[in-house]
Amino acid sequence: MTAPNLIVTASPHLKDHDTTPRIMWTVAASLIPVILASAFFFGISSILVILASTLGALLTERGLGRKGSLQDGSAMITGLLLGLSLPPGIPLWMAALGGAFGIGFGKVIWGGLGQNAFNPALIGRAFLQTAFPVAITTWPTPGGSFFALKGDLFAFPFMHPVSDVVTSATPLGLFKFEQKLTSVVDLVLGTTGGSVGETSAIVILICGAYLAWKGYLNWRSPVSILVTVFVASQLLHFFNGKYPDGLFMVFSGGLMLGAVYMATDMVTVPTTNKGRWVFGVCTGLIVVVIRVFGGLPEGVMYAILIMNAFTPLINRVTQPTVFGTVKLKEAK
Amino acid sequence: MAFFGFAHGVHPPEEKGLTSGLPIRRMPYPAEIVLPLRQHAGKPAKLCVKVGDYVERGDPVGLADGYMSVPIHASAAGTVTAIDLWPHPDGSYAQSVHIKVDTYAMQAARPRLVPRWEGLTVDQVVKAVQDAGVVGLGGAAFPTHVKLAPPKDYKVHTLIINGAECEPYLTSDHRTMVEYPERVHFGCRVMMHTLGVTKAVIGVEKNKPDAIEALERTRPKDLDITILPLTVKYPQGAEKMLIHAVTGVEVPSGKLPVTVGVVVQNVGSLAAIAEVFDTGLPLIERIVTVTGHGLTRPANLIVPVGTKLKDLLAYCDGVTKDASEVINGGPMMGMAVANLEAPVLKGTTGIVVLTKDEVRNEKVYPCIHCGRCLDACPVFLNPSWLGDLARVKRYDEMAANHLADCMLCGSCSYVCPSNIPLSQLFQASKVALRRTQTAGAA
Repeated sequence: MTAPNLIVTASPHLKDHDTTPRIMWTVAASLIPVILASAFFFGISSILVILASTLGALLTERGLGRKGSLQDGSAMITGLLLGLSLPPGIPLWMAALGGAFGIGFGKVIWGGLGQNAFNPALIGRAFLQTAFPVAITTWPTPGGSFFALKGDLFAFPFMHPVSDVVTSATPLGLFKFEQKLTSVVDLVLGTTGGSVGETSAIVILICGAYLAWKGYLNWRSPVSILVTVFVASQLLHFFNGKYPDGLFMVFSGGLMLGAVYMATDMVTVPTTNKGRWVFGVCTGLIVVVIRVFGGLPEGVMYAILIMNAFTPLINRVTQPTVFGTVKLKEAK
Repeated sequence: MAFFGFAHGVHPPEEKGLTSGLPIRRMPYPAEIVLPLRQHAGKPAKLCVKVGDYVERGDPVGLADGYMSVPIHASAAGTVTAIDLWPHPDGSYAQSVHIKVDTYAMQAARPRLVPRWEGLTVDQVVKAVQDAGVVGLGGAAFPTHVKLAPPKDYKVHTLIINGAECEPYLTSDHRTMVEYPERVHFGCRVMMHTLGVTKAVIGVEKNKPDAIEALERTRPKDLDITILPLTVKYPQGAEKMLIHAVTGVEVPSGKLPVTVGVVVQNVGSLAAIAEVFDTGLPLIERIVTVTGHGLTRPANLIVPVGTKLKDLLAYCDGVTKDASEVINGGPMMGMAVANLEAPVLKGTTGIVVLTKDEVRNEKVYPCIHCGRCLDACPVFLNPSWLGDLARVKRYDEMAANHLADCMLCGSCSYVCPSNIPLSQLFQASKVALRRTQTAGAA
């Protein structure tokens, strides 16, 4: 027998086949149906917005991130999610800037993948919300020709965008400022005004369920967010009819996208399963408080960002009970 | 039929089909046998032969050095040709006795080296087991006689026998239970008598129905022995997990199983006790699963202790072209062998040859805090957090977070999508921690 060329590695010598890039790219791929749905409702504009934000995110990761960090796919997810959370009529340079800001200040500056405290896509969106409050709250009506632009997408930076597109308020805006309820069927299907990807709740739910089934998404935080929002708002509605009912709250605005894709970003939500329940319930409550009592019609973004800040604390107080330690405490 | 198990754990591919249907066969003696004096947990044996001595099969070459030690016996007749430092399967070098096997040795009639069991007092059984060099054959090689005489402060009520064999690839315990169920029961009888317990439970993972059937068929009617099917999950065979599955009790952190009135033995060790009392020969050979996709002819073999791995692999027609790593033990907790000159020890459960495609060589990514290791850890640690601490060398904080409860089962490393060598980090941290503690005490 000839001596084989042997290597020596540490145990365990077997490895589950899932890898971080595989998880990230699968999550990114699962967004394709959501993107297609948004293209169906808003035409080519939504594709252009997503392209712009993704390009901004990828180029920033390439330029500032660690060598080869593009391959792990997380920058792709940030770009896609940011694009999906923007209105379809936003000028493309703003979308790209948002992607760049999200990756640069939301991730790379913290030390890259796994180190950031806040969801990079939401950092990008929060930046745009503060910098361009008008552009980010101009909501074109869905429908119309596929190739009709939903706004002055090709506006030059810092020029006043010229737009004669029909706009309409989002269901939440309608409710908040005009006390008009949108039908839940419209909300579920997505035939309402809103961000690129936050309109079709049902498509997001299906994609999320697929990811949960694959084990790439922990179902605890989205489920607890949705249940909390439903229960809390239903209770408010029960005591005072002027508040919206639970179903409307669950299916409107960016809640579905936020709960399924942003409150499940492994890096910025608690690691423990108990912690994910805590995170979800608190996020849900903040969403309801902002939407019902706050000045803004929508609060998912801030709710998740606020809870991101609490993630280390939640982790600390929800550590699992180590095997064999319960009895020890009793003995003492 | 109800199945018993534990929370968490992982499901690595079993790969037991390579050898689970193959009967145990005897391997012929190699030309030379190498017996390291350090084969068991505790103190190494004390050398008692010199170069040029002729030893018979079963003669001691090393004597027990104190209570936490067992003797080492020659596994073949022959001449001691050298005593030197020789490669040990754990990667180090150990004092070893080389025996040139006498091919034409006469098996002359000799008096029994181990007395008959019948009529022995408890102390005599414990002494006989120690003198026969019996250790736990499940891998850790903990001296069996120490487990036979637990501290008097505790009342032992149940003997638990570990037939889980949760490591992938390995089938030596499985084949022992299928082919020698009477020996398992006989060993069980000896242990129950010695420990003074009336109840024994044999836990077997339910993926070995033939083993469960064989044990049921041969179960002695006068003893209270239960055969308990367990869920198939890694690490079901870990001592604390097994006790929890059988009794529902958690062994307190940092305590021995005896504190909850339980003693755990491996089925292979029981069969060894039975064989020792049966044949009158000490423990000089064991059943080894030689397997893996990188091996030409996988087999379950009775191997003389001290057979060099290269001879063992050669007997199995050698390794294939894409063989890449040889593991001493199972692929989850076993150690990669650096030198095939190293011999088979009493604690060698199996030799697994992995191919290029199976070995881990992926890139390590940053921890994304996905929490999979938390869901995998059988003792409910937070490996993700411990891993972060290990990287910045905050060992004291790791100790406060129950690093000592980690049994290095490797479940966290197995599931980690970022390919972080968590279990390796913990092993290194444990060593570093021990070093700082000894330095602090001095």
